[in-house]
Amino acid sequence: MALNKLSLKFHNSIILKNFKNVTSVLSVRSFFNYYTTTNPPIEGPTKKLNMVQAINNALDITLQTDESALLFGEDVAFGGVFRCSLELQKKYGSERVFNTPLCEQGIVGFGIGVATAGSTAIAEIQFADYIFPAFDQIVNEAAKFRYRTGNQFDCGKLTIRTPCGAVGHGAHYHSQSPESYFAHTPGLKVVVPRSATHAKGLLLSCIRDPDPCIVLEPKVLYRAAVDEVPVDDYFTPIGKAEIVKHGDAVTLIGWGTQVHVLLEVAELAKTKFNVDCEVIDLVSILPWDKDAVCKSAKKTGRVLIAHEAPLTGGFGAELASTIQEECFLQLEAPVARVTGFDTPFPYVYEPFYMPDKWRCLQTIRKLLDY
Amino acid sequence: MFLRQSSLVLRKYLKNTHKLKLFSTSTSTIDYPGAQVIWSGNLSFTNSHSYPPISTYRVLNSKGQITNNSEDPKLSNDVLEKMYKDMVLLNVMDKILYESQRQGRISFYMTNFGEEAAQIGSAAALSIEDLVYGQYREAGVLLWRGFTIADFVNQCYGNVEDKGKGRQMPVHYGSKKLNFVTISSPLTTQMPQAAGAAYALKGKNKVVICYFGEGAASEGDAHAAFNFATTLDCPVIFFCRNNGYAISTPADEQYRGDGIAARGPGYGLNTLRVDGNDVFAVYNATLKAKEFALARNKPVLIEALTYRVSHHSTSDDSSAYRPADEVTHWATHLNPVNRLRLYLEHNSLWNEDKQKEWMKECRKNVLTVFEEGEKKVKPHWNEMFTDVYKDIPDHLKKQMEEMAQHVEQYKDKYPVKNFS
Ligand SMILES: Cc1ncc(C[n+]2csc(CCOP(=O)(O)OP(=O)(O)O)c2C)c(N)n1
Ligand SMILES: [Mg+2]
Repeated sequence: MALNKLSLKFHNSIILKNFKNVTSVLSVRSFFNYYTTTNPPIEGPTKKLNMVQAINNALDITLQTDESALLFGEDVAFGGVFRCSLELQKKYGSERVFNTPLCEQGIVGFGIGVATAGSTAIAEIQFADYIFPAFDQIVNEAAKFRYRTGNQFDCGKLTIRTPCGAVGHGAHYHSQSPESYFAHTPGLKVVVPRSATHAKGLLLSCIRDPDPCIVLEPKVLYRAAVDEVPVDDYFTPIGKAEIVKHGDAVTLIGWGTQVHVLLEVAELAKTKFNVDCEVIDLVSILPWDKDAVCKSAKKTGRVLIAHEAPLTGGFGAELASTIQEECFLQLEAPVARVTGFDTPFPYVYEPFYMPDKWRCLQTIRKLLDY
Repeated sequence: MFLRQSSLVLRKYLKNTHKLKLFSTSTSTIDYPGAQVIWSGNLSFTNSHSYPPISTYRVLNSKGQITNNSEDPKLSNDVLEKMYKDMVLLNVMDKILYESQRQGRISFYMTNFGEEAAQIGSAAALSIEDLVYGQYREAGVLLWRGFTIADFVNQCYGNVEDKGKGRQMPVHYGSKKLNFVTISSPLTTQMPQAAGAAYALKGKNKVVICYFGEGAASEGDAHAAFNFATTLDCPVIFFCRNNGYAISTPADEQYRGDGIAARGPGYGLNTLRVDGNDVFAVYNATLKAKEFALARNKPVLIEALTYRVSHHSTSDDSSAYRPADEVTHWATHLNPVNRLRLYLEHNSLWNEDKQKEWMKECRKNVLTVFEEGEKKVKPHWNEMFTDVYKDIPDHLKKQMEEMAQHVEQYKDKYPVKNFS
């Protein structure tokens, strides 16, 4: 009998109460502070939403306005493991919002089919770390569909949403930022929101974009990113970067969560070195906004690019090579990259792995002293 | 009715015609290379209604009685006691580690409630030399093999004693010594790997066992594994824990066939389905699978029907997608640990006093070890850079050196005191 109780009561056990000093060894240092979006992209009413709610809102608008839209993936029916599709099955029925079997290649292949047949497909891959079984469908099929059929067929109505990035304790398989794998694939569009506002606007843009898109959602922002988000339908343009903070000393480029790290770094650089950094949110990885980046690089002459993904072959490499091609004569120092190291994403070592504010700050000093 | 009869006749026929007669000229036998053929003038679907459901083997009924004495595995009292004690210890460890996550002391945990018999029964039927590939909900298998509570706790903390060097999330256990290949989160990747390992171990008097969930069975890798194992004659036991759920997704949204077992014959896999909450049934099935795999160099599929009493993990609240009384039903009336306890009590091998004493010992042991594990520091942070390759390549050495300089300069900004 004692056993029955044991397995039943594990939800609210008191066994550990006899521990003194419950010092949380975890006390994960948050590696960023969220900078809320203060300028809504459109006029009209706004609502305080976090990134999950903003995504849910974009999905809701789509299902409401596009009768052909389907939403599916692992555990999507009950709301998804991050709750992005909460209540949507109830609202739109299980023929439009549904669970799939546990198979990423199936999810994307199915989505390509849905899109090819003319319906809007919004596929969720539960974690970006688990997108690789679908790599073939994405890279060889979705990306090349229009091209290899001579534009007779396309799967532009496919959008893949997937949570990515570090959270403090995700280790190898709940932390990765795979943007550069997809950036290496002509035919795809890849975006990364840094805010609740962008999450909604970018998702709506991707869903309506005529090409297959991947939205990499930094999952640590799901609850942390809270903005006054416009209630109405709107687009955040794909392919356009945003200057989040103006400055003249060093250009700091990032995307997703890293933008918030860089905003804090810019403040630190102001107090410690008395310089004004320009912070650019790239927003869109493929295509990316060469004009905005190079204009800023030419202005400041010093560039730091930071991303969580490893250094070698990371998207920073693409930016750096273009900047040196386009802005060579205006550069005062070599383009610097502060990134995750060339190791798998590690568990307990995460504080040492991240391109955190101190590594960025030290690099700014080097750029200034060059 | 007709369908059933004809399928019986058909199965008998297939049994008798062992080899495909590729070059036969007789009109009654078959010439197509892809499958055996029996001609029919009757156009009808073959589907899951063409056959009765695959039967489920059971030894202990829910009252803890052996229903058919010829199936009694006749285990020694020592083994029986170890089976039961390990199940209880597993429960206690799960409860404490689950709670510790709730208190923010470890970051994540997954419990094994409801699946104790499937784990312990299968582990007990194998020898330590047999190689294990797990999914993640198989802590009982490790416990049976001798993974200590300290081993579990150290891994969950990723401290300096963790054999995995603090690199993976909690519950990603592994032990070279215990022939348990380290758990990896991406589902189903272990299945084709298990087939390959079994192929390489052929003739060495060892089998490989590979655990997986009914959800994981939907991945393409499961198909690859089954097909490789049969076509390449690999002595591997594919052990499916069919616990009814993959996170929130119920089995009927995962597949529409007769469970995972029904796939076996389609691949040419010898298949067993057992009551996964009956430790003796699981034991007998695994033993038979091992004997068969070794004798014939062929794979076996076992489907153990069970129920995930736990939430999926500490990140999950299953009340959002399944009724509480469903869980209660499985946790009480169909509890596999209770079932074994009832059997032991009928046979005077266990009683309330022993129960109290063992529970007390388990709690004390786990709590002590837990506190010790919590105090231990993490490995040196530069272990982050080792083992990416056998030797650290130059580019990584440079990154490590740069980080060392950086940490030296910004000492107060990094949790260096928690690391060796
Ligand atoms: C390739 C991949 N996709 C998705 C996940 C996320 N995930 C982790 S466990 C799980 C459910 C697995 O269910 P099942 O195989 O039935 O095992 P159970 O948890 O029931 O023991 C999912 C979807 C993953 N780990 N790997
Ligand atoms: Mg399951």
